[in-house]
Amino acid sequence: MTKKEGRWMSVSIAAAVYFMFGQNALAMHIMEGYLPAGYCIFWGALCIPFLVYGFIKIRRIVSENRRSITLLAMAGAFIFVISSLKIPSVTGSCSHMTGTGLGAILFGAFPVSILGIIVLLFQAILLAHGGLTTLGANTFSMAIAGPFVSYGLYVLGKKLKWNQKVNVFVACSVGDLFTYCVTAFQLALAYPSETGGVAASMVKFLGVFAPTQLPLAVIEGLLSVVIVIALESYATPELKSIGFLSDTPVKGESVNE
Amino acid sequence: MSKKNKKTVWICIIVCILLAIIPVVMLQGAEFGGSDDAGSEMISEIDPNYQPWYTPVLEQLIGGEMPGELESLLFCVQTGIGCSIIFYFLGRFVERKKLGREDNSEVL
Repeated sequence: MTKKEGRWMSVSIAAAVYFMFGQNALAMHIMEGYLPAGYCIFWGALCIPFLVYGFIKIRRIVSENRRSITLLAMAGAFIFVISSLKIPSVTGSCSHMTGTGLGAILFGAFPVSILGIIVLLFQAILLAHGGLTTLGANTFSMAIAGPFVSYGLYVLGKKLKWNQKVNVFVACSVGDLFTYCVTAFQLALAYPSETGGVAASMVKFLGVFAPTQLPLAVIEGLLSVVIVIALESYATPELKSIGFLSDTPVKGESVNE
Repeated sequence: MSKKNKKTVWICIIVCILLAIIPVVMLQGAEFGGSDDAGSEMISEIDPNYQPWYTPVLEQLIGGEMPGELESLLFCVQTGIGCSIIFYFLGRFVERKKLGREDNSEVL
């Protein structure tokens, strides 16, 4: 990290801590206006350092080699497509997927936070889906927490020498599910049930999201595998340039430091 | 693309389509509303007095809820933008491989 980048990181972390704890209240997408202001600020502040570091990472990836721009664009576009598709599920309601797992296994979790927030902004402003006040909370669940789980699982699977495609599938679908678990947690924290507190609310919200999301997570995993197969077949040089495929076999990191 | 990969891709796509279609056929008469709405219903169940304190900017701008048709149009635009980017590049990748110029040409 350069000096300038280091300075940006410390400023953003300081800002995050200030907004998170300077408040009296510790505070799918959460709907506009449905999260009390204190929580909106808390989750938003928590996102800042991730976004700043993500931005630094993206700038570095792009300036280090131009080949990676295409993959970055495709990973972002994948989130665009996947999160716009509302798919019917077994519970008789519709939900959509996140699509952030693919970017996370290609570039690591941080850059995806930027890609994710672009999509969330688009949906919040133009589609009245999600919201500007809940942007922070939604960014944290979809563009930070989910990708981190996906990336972590992918690296783990690689270490355990899982079949590559199975690994991609598991990483992407569990990341998608985890996003909705975080959303449920965020809602439960803001709306603890009178009788059972946060835990009881969490069970309730999970009961709404989890069964709907389960088949969709499977779909997301499968589609991510399809894209990875396509890239591996036709974009080998690009995948090598970001370190996803290495010339020398077995390399744990998928991001160039 | 190897034969084995081709088979995997087809299986994946077919399973995806089935996963999306089966609920519609099985649960006849279900509403298939958004699970986001289910979330807001749950909130009003836990705290019946809660009022959303902010309405989406677009709804403020047009002074009301967005018509369903327009909303689906905008969702389509989103899908369209994403698909064009993915398949523009994928198309160029495929062509590049066909021409055997994988190692010395960038697509951007």
